[in-house]
Amino acid sequence: MGTDTPGIPIGGGIEAGIDRTRPHATRGTYLEVVHSWIVTVDHKKLGILYISYALVFLLVAGVEALMIRVQLFFPHNTFVTPATFNRLFTMHGTTMVFLMGMPLLFGFGNYLVPLMIGARDMAFPRLNAFSFWISAFAGLLLYYSFIGGVGLAGTGSAPDVAWFAYAPLTERAFSPGHTVDYWAIAILASGIGSIGTAINIIATVFCMRCKGMTLMRIPLLPWLYATMSFLTLITISPLTAAQAMLLIDRYLGGHFFDTQAGGSAILWAHFFWIFGHPEVYVLILPGFAFANEIIPVFSRKAIFGYSAMVAASVGIAFISTGVWAHHMFTIGMTSFGNAFFTLSTMLVSIPTGIKTFNWLATVWGGRIRFETPMLFSIAFLFQWVIAGLTGIMLSISAWDWQLHNSYFVVAHFHYVLVGALVFIVFAAIYYWYPKITGRMLDERLGKWHFWLMVIGFHMTFDVMHFPGLLGMPRQIYTYEPDRGWTLMNQIVSIGGFIQAIAVLILVYNMVHSYFRGDEAGPDPWDAWTLEWSIPSPPPPYNFAIDPVVASRRPLWDLKHPEDPDSAFE
Amino acid sequence: MVSSCAAWGATSSTSIFSTQSTPATEVDHLAYFVLVICALIFIGVSSLLIYALRRYRARPGENVEPPQVFGSVQIELAWTIIPVLIIVTLFLGTARVLFSVQDARKPASALDVIVVGHQFWWEFRYPQYNVITANELHVPVSSPAFSRPTFMKLTSADVIHSFWVPSLAGKTDLLPNRVNEMWIDPQETGVYLGQCAQFCGMQHAKMLLRVYVDSPEQFQQWIANEQKTQGETAVTMQASLSVPGRGNAGQGDPPSNSPAARMETVAQPAGTLQAINAHDGKLEFERQACINCHTVAGTVANGRYGPDLTHLMSRDTLAAGAMPNTPENLKKWIEDPSIFKPGSLMPAMRLTERQDAQITAYLLTLK
Repeated sequence: MGTDTPGIPIGGGIEAGIDRTRPHATRGTYLEVVHSWIVTVDHKKLGILYISYALVFLLVAGVEALMIRVQLFFPHNTFVTPATFNRLFTMHGTTMVFLMGMPLLFGFGNYLVPLMIGARDMAFPRLNAFSFWISAFAGLLLYYSFIGGVGLAGTGSAPDVAWFAYAPLTERAFSPGHTVDYWAIAILASGIGSIGTAINIIATVFCMRCKGMTLMRIPLLPWLYATMSFLTLITISPLTAAQAMLLIDRYLGGHFFDTQAGGSAILWAHFFWIFGHPEVYVLILPGFAFANEIIPVFSRKAIFGYSAMVAASVGIAFISTGVWAHHMFTIGMTSFGNAFFTLSTMLVSIPTGIKTFNWLATVWGGRIRFETPMLFSIAFLFQWVIAGLTGIMLSISAWDWQLHNSYFVVAHFHYVLVGALVFIVFAAIYYWYPKITGRMLDERLGKWHFWLMVIGFHMTFDVMHFPGLLGMPRQIYTYEPDRGWTLMNQIVSIGGFIQAIAVLILVYNMVHSYFRGDEAGPDPWDAWTLEWSIPSPPPPYNFAIDPVVASRRPLWDLKHPEDPDSAFE
Repeated sequence: MVSSCAAWGATSSTSIFSTQSTPATEVDHLAYFVLVICALIFIGVSSLLIYALRRYRARPGENVEPPQVFGSVQIELAWTIIPVLIIVTLFLGTARVLFSVQDARKPASALDVIVVGHQFWWEFRYPQYNVITANELHVPVSSPAFSRPTFMKLTSADVIHSFWVPSLAGKTDLLPNRVNEMWIDPQETGVYLGQCAQFCGMQHAKMLLRVYVDSPEQFQQWIANEQKTQGETAVTMQASLSVPGRGNAGQGDPPSNSPAARMETVAQPAGTLQAINAHDGKLEFERQACINCHTVAGTVANGRYGPDLTHLMSRDTLAAGAMPNTPENLKKWIEDPSIFKPGSLMPAMRLTERQDAQITAYLLTLK
């Protein structure tokens, strides 16, 4: 192993390790196939399960968003009842964060982390399967609420307390019935799944790396996933505790948040946001991770400032645990408290700024290929900058007194979660789909998807800032015609439908290309990390021979023996 | 972005950029300062990015990998230190406004108002005048010549609400078991619109808010009227039915449009044997459950769960701004509140047409 190419310790080893036969598992009956997916503990299959599950909920929550937008198309519209509208935005938010965002990112993490660190599976395969199925149970439970109670037309017992579920609205005095119970138990269950996966990713990254992969040779994606997993562990715990306290209040006579018995409404807000703000980084760090892999490959340059990127990611995780109360500038903190959280929130912009400039420097001097993954990454860069700047505006606590809970905030966090995260996730789908399925996604459909998405996104979320500046609060089922918000809401709604068309093109592309796409081969993008050294899709054991690496870009070393990275590290 | 906002602001009374009160104006100035800095950052970063994307795009036939650059400590330091300086600037600018608005000293001349949030309406108490009203806050103008800011203490009777009138100040939450404070000093008379800004349940969207900034004389007149109890005016009830005008700060409506005159047209279709009159309406009001939740000062009605109705007719809107205060709307609202506000905590009392008309006739006398 490695003996035939002295000086490049990894090269021969990997080459020899490639299993060139495509795996042809005997397919078996339909029932056997389903059974194999249910009992699987393979990180790749679980990753695909996570991703498919998340994409289904992306469509579901997308439909909810469209219904919200139809209702807000005209002032005093009666498309849905107030009760239904409140359920729709509660479920949209809860679904997108807990059933779409986290499972999707955990899915990519599950699939990619072991491949990129040269491991054959996650550290705890059974825990992995357990985490997925408990998350799946949480999603089904939450959506069962639509048919529980009085059924679909009255939308049953679907939660209607907004995704942050502020106390005391969630107490039994104000929310009788089981709407809040569905919400709390679903979040509790999905939290258990998230904690399981976080432990798994941490253990995998720190214990399962292949030979030669020191800490500072881990590709940035596993690095950021490890960071994100630590953050998940820290932040899901208070959320889970808060759900337990809420259920104690509701059923065991507790008074944590029951203001009528002397409880505290602010306590819930602290518990929720000490989860809720780091959660944003739990979601966006994997987004950064994708950008860290995709942008260098399509710029044909190594990532600029690897160690600064690692430090910035860890820095973001640290700082983000100390900023939560910027969601509470209007709740009546002291001026000193407001000043503290203004400053701590602004501090986050330093590591995120470092990351942004490093991506810029990676692109600088490169030889940029504008294929679909790169297009989405470029849009991500622009939109991330804007999202960051509106974030700075919101961190100005005095200005936040005006902006808080207005449509400006809604526009801001959709800029982060759609403009940055969903765009980079689309880039990731185009980038790793060939690895996962062995087929390329159609490039022409990809361009259609990209441009429609860009147009729809900017129609919706650029324009959405303005009703907020004009005094439109969020979470209102209708508005008055004399406020000057109507035209803007109509543009926002139309943009939403354009995005929906774009997403349907992606869905079509994924299904179509699975059967008709071009063969991808092991390394369609001429990339540098270990997952591209094995066939697409990878065999169940990943690597026939344990790889050995001598640098951060083992395949670069392999392809450029005259100029290996290992000479500089 | 800045200029277009300002242009739109002219047509909207709820823009955060068309401010009429110190707390809002200070934030407005800060906002422009921050907007300019953010715009400069955006222009800088995006021009660099656009330049790089154009300059370094792959050209056909170029198959050599570009030079691999792994980083530079000096450059990393540069783009760490420059943002730090920007943040210090922004923070100092924020801190100045933050402390000056939030820790402002209350002058002796200030008007005190206690704001209590309810699902889904606002209660306003004026402890200096012993006045309680709902949904429409009256405050005096605070001119530079005679400064009279309004200092509010905010709390909630049930869940969290948030008081937001963008032209006058940023929002402040109303929490149960807690008292928050905010202040405004409106510089121009007029009506300022706002609404609840914290999701508070089914009818959060129709928890609207109106602030009437009166001239000092108008405000005194309004307070004087609000201080009257209906016991004092009860003897003139029959007379008041035929007197035109709504008694609101001396701004009488034309007689043909008076609520009482229009009420007669509403009551006609009932086709009852006896004429509908306010006196019977008062008895009906007191016989029904109305008085458990509503107060009419000077009568037996002293419920506190719903809005104070003592001077209902001095208000322009009903049900926290859900509709204009017309006799037709009032009658329909009493018949079934869920027509206007499904989820409103006021129940439909299943009154007969006649009872409804009588109670409406009575309420129309509460000027």
